[in-house]
Amino acid sequence: MTQALDPTERAVLNGLQGGFPLTERPFRDAGAQLGLTEGELIDCIRRLLARGCLSRFGPLWNAEGLGGAVCLCAMAVPPERFAEVAARVNAHPEVAHNYERNHALNMWFVISSDCPDRIPDVIAAIEAETGLRVLPMPKQREFFVGFRVEV
Amino acid sequence: MLDAIDRQLVAATQNGLPLVADPYRAIAETAGVDEATVIARLKHLLAQGAIRRLGAIPNHYTIGLTANGMAVWDVADDAVGEVGARVGALEFVTHCYERPRHLPWWPYNLFAMVHGHARDEVLEKVARITDLIGAAARGHDVLFSTRILKKSGLRIAA
Repeated sequence: MTQALDPTERAVLNGLQGGFPLTERPFRDAGAQLGLTEGELIDCIRRLLARGCLSRFGPLWNAEGLGGAVCLCAMAVPPERFAEVAARVNAHPEVAHNYERNHALNMWFVISSDCPDRIPDVIAAIEAETGLRVLPMPKQREFFVGFRVEV
Repeated sequence: MLDAIDRQLVAATQNGLPLVADPYRAIAETAGVDEATVIARLKHLLAQGAIRRLGAIPNHYTIGLTANGMAVWDVADDAVGEVGARVGALEFVTHCYERPRHLPWWPYNLFAMVHGHARDEVLEKVARITDLIGAAARGHDVLFSTRILKKSGLRIAA
């Protein structure tokens, strides 16, 4: 599953997690900073995408910055119902991510919508469909973090 | 606050930029505007925070950061702002938020995401954070993701 990275791929991953140029030839300009030609950089990004090392290459849109809303939620799902509840939760298109975690609150998902009013509706629908309580954990404050994961 | 052109830009780029020499021109053709407009709009959306960043979005799992710990602490409400600012400043923390407690099920109000190559590495980093927080941390836990049940990008109607 884990993919080994060559030095060029490592440099692209570490060097381009932000700040991609907004110019007419951005791959040429970004490549120049990394010592790569335009074509080499495009090929490298293509390879990283094809191998799943990158989820995407482009803008990371912020749902809240777009006037929408996101809300982390947690549920305590009985183990014997886990697959059924996961399927019901995931069936909502507003559920963007869902992770199983090792805690009594064992299902953690993010509801994301371009319409903030939808969030309580989705929570209520999931509670009605599963008969389980959903604990909403909206962020009350965000602390600034750097962006980079070093590989 | 988003007009029709902005929404078209979201729709045209939410799966990524076209991998061509002039990606903004390609987007402009799709959106029916000119390249300079696309570049100016994206600059503005980046400056106002609607775009968090522009570039490579790594898949933590595939590049070997398979341990993903959601570290949580119970910090007194009057201390959480100062503590959160210090935790967020650590280079291995990728997200840091204050969130509500849900007593009796959930006593924690400070959340930080910590990634590592193995659980031990994450636990060692979380222990460093707990030391940094000191007496302000009344309790803490680390929740590891044991399975990804769903992961999709932002979806927005054009």
